[in-house]
Amino acid sequence: MSLFHRHRGLTPYLLLAPGVLFLAVFFVVPLGFLGYQSLQSGNIDFGYAFTWSWGNYWTAIQDYRAQFIRSLEYAGIATLLALVVSYPVAYWIAFRGGRWKNLLLLFIVAPFFVTYLIRTLAWETILSDNGFVVNTLQSLHLLGPSGRLLATSTAVVTGITYNFLPFMALPLYVSLEQIDARLIEAAEDLYASKLHAFLRVTLPLSLPGVVAGTLLTFIPAAGDFINAQLLGSPDNHMIGNVIQSKFLELTDYPAAAAMSFILMAGILVAVFLYARAVGTEQLTGSAA
Amino acid sequence: MNDHLTRKQLIERAALGGAAITFPGLLAACGGSSTKAGGGSTTVEHKLAKTLNFSNWTLYMDVNKKKHTFPSLIEFEKKYGVHVNYTEDINDNASFFGKIQGQLSRGQSVNRDIIVLTDNDRYLALTIKKGWAEKLDKSAIPNMKNLVDVQKHPNFDENRDYSLPWQSGMTGIAYNDTITDPVLSIDELLESPKLKGKITCLNSMGDALTIVMLANGDDPTAVTDKSFNAAFNRIKKAADSNQIRQFTGNDYAPILARGDLAAAMSWSGDIAQIGNDHIHWNVPTDGGALWTDNMLIPKGGDVYTASFYMNYVYDPKVQGLMEAGDPKRDITGIYYIPPVAGAGEFAKKSDPSVANNTLIFPTKKMLDSVKIFDSKALNNQKYLEQWQNLISG
Repeated sequence: MSLFHRHRGLTPYLLLAPGVLFLAVFFVVPLGFLGYQSLQSGNIDFGYAFTWSWGNYWTAIQDYRAQFIRSLEYAGIATLLALVVSYPVAYWIAFRGGRWKNLLLLFIVAPFFVTYLIRTLAWETILSDNGFVVNTLQSLHLLGPSGRLLATSTAVVTGITYNFLPFMALPLYVSLEQIDARLIEAAEDLYASKLHAFLRVTLPLSLPGVVAGTLLTFIPAAGDFINAQLLGSPDNHMIGNVIQSKFLELTDYPAAAAMSFILMAGILVAVFLYARAVGTEQLTGSAA
Repeated sequence: MNDHLTRKQLIERAALGGAAITFPGLLAACGGSSTKAGGGSTTVEHKLAKTLNFSNWTLYMDVNKKKHTFPSLIEFEKKYGVHVNYTEDINDNASFFGKIQGQLSRGQSVNRDIIVLTDNDRYLALTIKKGWAEKLDKSAIPNMKNLVDVQKHPNFDENRDYSLPWQSGMTGIAYNDTITDPVLSIDELLESPKLKGKITCLNSMGDALTIVMLANGDDPTAVTDKSFNAAFNRIKKAADSNQIRQFTGNDYAPILARGDLAAAMSWSGDIAQIGNDHIHWNVPTDGGALWTDNMLIPKGGDVYTASFYMNYVYDPKVQGLMEAGDPKRDITGIYYIPPVAGAGEFAKKSDPSVANNTLIFPTKKMLDSVKIFDSKALNNQKYLEQWQNLISG
């Protein structure tokens, strides 16, 4: 007991230690190494040397600006689509799901027991040139007779939206589910219309879920390359495809590392601007 | 936390720690522990190990589909008491090289005795050049005499000191006859307006350039800047005009079978395995490409046991059965091109239909019209970068 008292000051640090150690070993150290690698020059034949080669960054931005912008653009659109699709679903489950809530949530998550790759390949079949979707769009004249969906940006964005949907839907559900229904009742009692109650009560209270969902969707989506690889043409390739090819095909590790850093910086800036716009308290969910 | 460290110290420490946690290192670490390779191991012990660790590409071994077993491996285990730990974990040369290069470059074993890499990619030559492959124990491979002549002196391993072919295949054109008339030439494939947006090109530079160079009347076995640029620009033009829909690995096969593609640059074995009557494969009119997958012993592998196994598969009788399978015993063969002379005779006995399939035992005319891509050009960083920029947008 006295030992505990004497060392009580240490307790929080001891409790934090495993987490901090984990982050140090698996995040900070590799990140440091990545930074070190991004300033190297050389090639696989003669080896790499650390030369403060900042040119890697400059070349990456110059040569692959289009892919960087495309990545943020596709990820942004996919995030927005995922939000539009998920919000009504999450809302309905949270307020109307009743005793079926858990089952309905399972339906959202169920497809994700299948591996990422197979799910993406399934979209190849769904959007196939001779498939149901293309035929329907053609008969409605929304798509020309020789038009197609596969190997277009539509297919890539659709794939990303689908693959990251649960990351949006689940946080939304959690924040909507926590809303005290009496607050909405009270709003209506005070003569707010249904729409008004939603806009002034429900939506603001669900904002922490919206913020968490958009971040969880946008960040991994911006670095994704499988969807662009399988569903897109070279015109739709994202920065992830370039990094993958630099890393594995060209063994140009410094260029790949520099691009990873630039992508990370780009995402950080986007998230920062977003946080400024929405208000930081939403990020931590302390608004409610 | 780094107030007390100078920047140089920080970077040095980060590098020390990071060396153990690089991306390829992490991937490879999933494969097992990393034991030291024990230096160059020049003296070879003539004793069979208990286990042979063999990494190969998927669908690349004779298989009993009912029992899910590999008959030729079972036979080997029974005969010599060596357990074969067979893993189908190679999907493409670049990714597999990425997995193992971290450990090999640090002199660590990758816990494999045999790996298989292709000569139409740079990594086979690179692994040998870097000294990451063990020398074969030729005294344990008397059957090496059965190696077909054309494979005896490749330019990445002049005397076959480090590598032996596993199987070969051809690159040509496949088409789906429900969608298009026969597509037999590169001219049609890359330029016919009827095929716009309905074809794919292989993402392997050696394969794609070989057949386009042949169509251009250039020599793919001795690439020059001029012939490279001519072939590259022709493919780029087709990609820019959306004639080419995608650049693919062997994932073109299901898309072609489904009818979304009319035709594709294609590997012979993929089509032999699909067994779809509407998909036809041909060597293009101006010639095709020949590539070969080669067995290697990565540093730290058991040289004698690996060489001993290579000797086993170079027995024409064993090779014939591996190639053709045996319908009576539910065994499906490999269906690629065997590098072992005399295998065809034995294949005929177990499955005559396979022995007569020209995708597996090509005619002399076919073999005369296929070329092996210049291995120097495969390692030309400038070419590689141009190619990767084309296929990754």
